[in-house]
Amino acid sequence: MNVLVVLIPVSLILGGVGLVGFLWTVRNAQYDDPEGSAARILLDDDAPID
Amino acid sequence: MSSAVSASPCPGCIPATQASEEVAKKIKANLRFSVPSVHCAACIAKIEQGLQAVPGVRDARVNLSLKRLSVQADDTVGEAQIAEHLAGLGFAAYPLDQEALGNDTDPEGRALLLRLAVAGFAMMNVMLLSVAVWSGATDATRDLFHLISATIAVPVVAFSGQPFFKSAWSALRHRRLNMDVPISLAIVLAVGMSIFEARQSGAHAYFDAALSLTFFLLIGKFLEHKTRGAARSAARELSALEVHRASVMIDGQAETRAVSELAVGDHILVPSGMRVPVDGDLLSVTAQMDRSFLTGESDEVEVQAGAALQAGEVNLGAPLSLRATAVGEDTTLRRVAAMVELAETGRNSYTSLAAKAAQIYAPAVHLLALLAFLGWLVASHDVRMSLNIAVAVLIITCPCALGLAVPAVSTGAIGRLFSAGLLVRHATALERLAEVDLAVFDKTGTLTRPGFDVATSGLSAVEQAILLGLAQASDHPVSKAIAETLGAQMKPAPLERIEEIKGAGVQAYFGGDRVQLGRADWLGAEFSGTGLRIGSSQARKVETTETLRDGAKSAVATLQKAGIPVHILTGDRREAAVDIAHQLGVLDIQAGVRAEEKLARLKDLEERGYKVLMVGDGLNDTAALAGAHASMAPSTALDASRNAADIVILRQDLASIPLALAVARSTVKLSRQNFAIAAGYNLIAIPIALAGFATPLLAALAMSASSLTVLANAMRVRLVK
Repeated sequence: MNVLVVLIPVSLILGGVGLVGFLWTVRNAQYDDPEGSAARILLDDDAPID
Repeated sequence: MSSAVSASPCPGCIPATQASEEVAKKIKANLRFSVPSVHCAACIAKIEQGLQAVPGVRDARVNLSLKRLSVQADDTVGEAQIAEHLAGLGFAAYPLDQEALGNDTDPEGRALLLRLAVAGFAMMNVMLLSVAVWSGATDATRDLFHLISATIAVPVVAFSGQPFFKSAWSALRHRRLNMDVPISLAIVLAVGMSIFEARQSGAHAYFDAALSLTFFLLIGKFLEHKTRGAARSAARELSALEVHRASVMIDGQAETRAVSELAVGDHILVPSGMRVPVDGDLLSVTAQMDRSFLTGESDEVEVQAGAALQAGEVNLGAPLSLRATAVGEDTTLRRVAAMVELAETGRNSYTSLAAKAAQIYAPAVHLLALLAFLGWLVASHDVRMSLNIAVAVLIITCPCALGLAVPAVSTGAIGRLFSAGLLVRHATALERLAEVDLAVFDKTGTLTRPGFDVATSGLSAVEQAILLGLAQASDHPVSKAIAETLGAQMKPAPLERIEEIKGAGVQAYFGGDRVQLGRADWLGAEFSGTGLRIGSSQARKVETTETLRDGAKSAVATLQKAGIPVHILTGDRREAAVDIAHQLGVLDIQAGVRAEEKLARLKDLEERGYKVLMVGDGLNDTAALAGAHASMAPSTALDASRNAADIVILRQDLASIPLALAVARSTVKLSRQNFAIAAGYNLIAIPIALAGFATPLLAALAMSASSLTVLANAMRVRLVK
């Protein structure tokens, strides 16, 4: 059962990383334009903008 | 074409554009536009890279979901310049008024999302720990798991549960019960009881139940907020599209001002085809006005100098000037708001399905939990066990599914309607719409298209070609309508020496004959309105007619087939109304109804037991829209009328009205089904809880299963055709 001492904090930290990651995406306005984000992956960014 | 045409004098317009750019320079470095035609990745690239070519533009970003463009630019770049450049790229762009649009970010929605995310995170972790407990952890291990669960659950509930606690507290303060009261009580009691149990090394702790309750119900709250937010932002965009500037003469110079800055006594210019921004007295000698928004009349009205003009009228003739007599809140337009407020009281007292359910449900749950506690106390004299059972009853009956029942369905319904071009503005709109059993339509601008078409059947082909040639040379709204109607069918006649005579009309020569299009008195004719004169013959009247909106016929027919009688209530002349009614197959017509009377007519119908749907666009319909059981307005309506309506029709056609009715009815049906599903789960679970057999595992199962069933059932609203 001693393994719990390690496993529980690890699981909490991993969950916490997910939570912080999600909050970052919200703050970063990544849900403001879902259709636009889907379309933008088709754009060729490598082309020089002249 | 001759030079006179290209120099077509429009004194109001030219300084106006320059001046409006100057205003833009001062107040806006960040410009926003509505670009309805953007739809793909290529459009995004074309616009964003295309605008880089405009000097002074620092950044351009398209939002494809909202079909909006924001541009960061130097102060030297004006709205008009960018709109013009976009037109060159092939996109129609409409500048949005920053003030009316407000801030895009939605702090309340983000706060809810944050609470939801935190609750979800905590729920998953505590659920994992609970699974260990349920699988047979005992003694010190179980106590440790309960302790960890408590450390996660207590701060999370305190943070994520706040929306419920606040709403419950404000309801209690007003001595009322809402759904949030039993929810808050269940959450708080579950956590409190579980802490007590954990400290006593008890077997049952409801930390996971408290958290999943919070999580599922926050989903409901978040859905509700999103739906309302989407409607609000779309409505704001509509008003941001309206012109909020006017040209004012100051020391002989035209200057552009925001409408909100106009003062009584200002000398204001109204270009041809534009709306009068404030109430005022006419300074020009004569003017032709379109008052259909105010009165429902489809014919233009001719007024003389000194006549009182009201905000909202459209100038059909040459640019006119007026002296403002009332601005801002004092204009006729705004005074309608008072009438609307009065009429709206009926709507606000409507009890929604969710509220009705809460009224029955909240006291029942409290009573049941209290009875369980008292009953077990009497039977066993064990306070701890009785309290445990009472808490279990509260948690099991807690309206997870009930809290989701209505928001899940209405979110789906509103999304479905939005994709069909209908914007639902009012929370209880769909429930009220579902009860409607009579439809009343306004005529001018609602059943018929805004603006007018021209009847040319009385003219020969040559005459039509001449008419088109003359009309194309002028910016007058009637000329534009003629050019639009005829331009699709033929080529204009070759005219020479075309000349626009200000305030009168257009004249030219066709094969040596003088041809004229313009005001009847200029042509020396008896009739009023617009006339055409060819050579030395008598002037002929150019009849303007009204055309039905697309889909009006099918919408009316579908309603009638569904057993909903259709009436027409209009401020226009009887003959005009009868003609339209005949085309639609409507028998009940009331014509010549003044604005004040419209509401009274509706109230008459309601007294006879009808639940009326009002569809209208004019200022004269506004009170009726607010007072009807449910109401719709086309997006071409004035701000005031749109705000009074429950549903705004964003597209130009009316064909979607029957769909709205079908979706509304299925919304109510599915909400009821959801309540039944939730009640069904309770019927099974309550006896088990009352008997004292409820475990945290059972509570978790019942809660998740009922919530998921309700959500799945709600999806069906998207299938309505």
